[in-house]
Amino acid sequence: MARWKIERLPAPIWMRPLIPIAAIIVTFLLTSLLLLLAKANPFTAFYNFLIAPLSNSVSAIEVLVKATPLLFTGAAVTFAFAAGYWNIGAEGQLYAGAIAAAAMGISVKGLPPVLAILLMIAAGFAAGMAWALIPALLKIKLAVDEVVTTLLMNTVILFFVSFLLNGVWRDPISGWPQSPTIANEAIFPKLIPMARLHLGFILAWIVIGIVYLVLRRSALGLRMRSIGLNPEAARFAGVNVNRTILTAALVSGGIAGLAGMSEVAGIQYHLIDAISPGYGYTGIIAATLGGLNPLGVGLASLFIGLIETGAQSVSRAMGVPIYLGNVVEAALLLVTLSMLILQNYRIRRS
Amino acid sequence: MDTFIVGLIAAMFRVATPLIFGTLGELISERAGILNLGIEGTMFLGAFVGFAVAFTSGSLWIGLLAAILAGVLAGLLMAVLTVSLGLNQHVSGLGMTLLLTGLSLFFFRIIFGERSVQPSIQAFPTLKPFGDIPVLGPITEQYALTYIAILLVPILWWLIYRTSFGLQIRATGENPEAADAAGVNVFRTRYIALGLAGGLMAVGGAFLSMAQLGSFTFGIVNGRGWVCIALIIFANWHPVRVLWGALLFGGLSALQLRLQSTGLKLPYELFLALPYLMTILALTLAGRNVSGPAAVLKPYRRE
Repeated sequence: MARWKIERLPAPIWMRPLIPIAAIIVTFLLTSLLLLLAKANPFTAFYNFLIAPLSNSVSAIEVLVKATPLLFTGAAVTFAFAAGYWNIGAEGQLYAGAIAAAAMGISVKGLPPVLAILLMIAAGFAAGMAWALIPALLKIKLAVDEVVTTLLMNTVILFFVSFLLNGVWRDPISGWPQSPTIANEAIFPKLIPMARLHLGFILAWIVIGIVYLVLRRSALGLRMRSIGLNPEAARFAGVNVNRTILTAALVSGGIAGLAGMSEVAGIQYHLIDAISPGYGYTGIIAATLGGLNPLGVGLASLFIGLIETGAQSVSRAMGVPIYLGNVVEAALLLVTLSMLILQNYRIRRS
Repeated sequence: MDTFIVGLIAAMFRVATPLIFGTLGELISERAGILNLGIEGTMFLGAFVGFAVAFTSGSLWIGLLAAILAGVLAGLLMAVLTVSLGLNQHVSGLGMTLLLTGLSLFFFRIIFGERSVQPSIQAFPTLKPFGDIPVLGPITEQYALTYIAILLVPILWWLIYRTSFGLQIRATGENPEAADAAGVNVFRTRYIALGLAGGLMAVGGAFLSMAQLGSFTFGIVNGRGWVCIALIIFANWHPVRVLWGALLFGGLSALQLRLQSTGLKLPYELFLALPYLMTILALTLAGRNVSGPAAVLKPYRRE
C-alpha cells in the first residue's frame, strides 16, 4: 500500500513569485462559493471585479486613487515588519497624520503652494512619528509588546478625532462633524484634469522607492533585516538593536502619517472621522501579499485598489453586496500566509 | 440610595456583560498560547449570526446556539491557521477579524437587502428576581446572559485552576515542549481552547444584538474586542480580575453616558479612552513584570 508523508523541503527560488498568483487563484475559487450563494454567475462577477474597472479610464484612474493610501500604509507596515517590529498601529498613525494635515492646511493660507505642500508633508510625517513614539519607547525601554499598545493607540486616536470634530472643529455653519476646509495652497494638485488622482500617488511611489533603497541598499536596512531575522544574533554582531527598532518604528509611523495627510490634502480637504475605512489594516494585507518586498508591496497595493474598485462595479452591475471586496481581501491575506508556509513542505510517497 | 447611583450600577453590569464573555474567551485562548486578534470579528460574527438566525427562525435560543456554533467554527479556523500551519498570530488574527466582519456584512446584505427600516427582533427580556424592591430590584433587573457571564467567572476559574484540562491548557500555553513530553496533546488542547474561546466571544457579540439592542447595526461591536485585549492584560490573565476589569470599564462607560445626559460639559471621549490609556499606563508601570503565558505568539512544531 502506498504511504504518504509530509516532509520539509523549501520550494525552489523560481516558485516564490508564483505564490501570490497562486494565492489569488485559490482566493477567487473560494469566493466563487459566496457568489453562488448570492445567485451571481462567478465568471460574470470576476469579469466585473478584475476586468471591467480597467476597461474605461475613469474607473482605471479610480483604482490608482484607491491604491494611494495603501501604498503608504503598505510601505509603513513593511518598514516596521522588516525589523521584526509588529506595528499594527498604522491606522492610528494615519489618523495622526490626517489631524496634523487638517491643522496645517488651515494655517498655510497665503504661503507659496510649494512651501505649503512641503509643510503638509512634514506635518503628516511628524504626527505619524509622534503617535508611534509611545509604543516604540515602551517596547525598547520596558519590553512591552508593541502589538497590544499600537492596537490600543488606534482606538484612542479615534476618540481624539471625535473629540476634535464634536468640539473645536465642528463646522459652525453646517454643524457637521468635520474640520474647516484646508487652504487652496495646501491642496495637492491633480495629476489628470477632472479626475481624483492627485500628487499623493506620485509621493507614495517615491516613498516606496526610498523604502526599497533603505531596506535593500543601506547599512540601516541591513541592520533592520538582521534584527527581523534574529535579534539575539544581531545584538551579538554589534547592532544597536534598540536604536534600530526605534528608527524603524518611527519611520514606519511617519510613512503611515503621510497616508492620512495625503487623503486630507488630495481627496477630502478636511478631517472627517471616516477618513480611513481601515487603510492601516489593509496595509498589512498589502505588505504580506507583497512578501515584504517594497516593489511587491507596491504591486499588491495596486491589486487591492483594483479589488476595491471591482467590488463597487460588481455591486452596481450585479447587486452583489459590496462587502465581497472585504471578504476577498481578508481571504487573500490568509491564503497567501498559508501558502507561504506550505511552500516549504512536500507530500512524498515513502 | 438615589436613583442615579442605582441606575449607574445596573448599567455597569449591562455594559460589562459582552466584555466579560469576550475577555474570558481571550483568556482561554491566550492561556493555551494563542493571541487571538480575531476577537473583534468573532464578536461581530456572533452579533450577526445570533440576530439573523433568531430573526428567521423566530427563536432567540436557536439564534444564540447558532451564534455559539459560528464562534466555535471561527475559533477552529483560527486554530488551523495558527496551530496547524503555525502562521504569525498577529497577522492571522487581524485577517480573521477582517474576514469575519466582511462575511457578516456580506450575508447581512444577502439576507436583509438594503432596507430603509432596520430589521429588528423581540430581544431577550430582563429577569427581575427581586421584583420592585427598592435599590435591589432595579440593580438585579438584568438579562439572563448577564447572570450567566458572572457565573462563568468562577466556572472558568475552576476549569483553569482545578481541572486536569485546565492544567493542560496552562501547560500548553507556558511550555508546549514540556507539556508534549508529559503526554499532553498540544495541538488538540489548543484546538479545543480556541473553539471554546470563539464560542464565548460570539456570545459576547450576540448579547449586543439579541439583548441590548434587538437589532444589528454595522457599528455594533465598535472596538469592544480590542477592549477585551486590553482587559486581559489589566486582569493579568486571571478570570476573577477579568470580572473586576470589565465592571470598572462598564462603570466608566455608564458614568460617561449619564454625565452626558445631565448636560455636564465634559469631553465624553476622554472617558471612553480612559480604559485604553489606563491599560497602557498599567503596562508602563508594571513594565517587565507584566508577562502573559510564555508560549503566546510562538508556534509549536513537533520535530
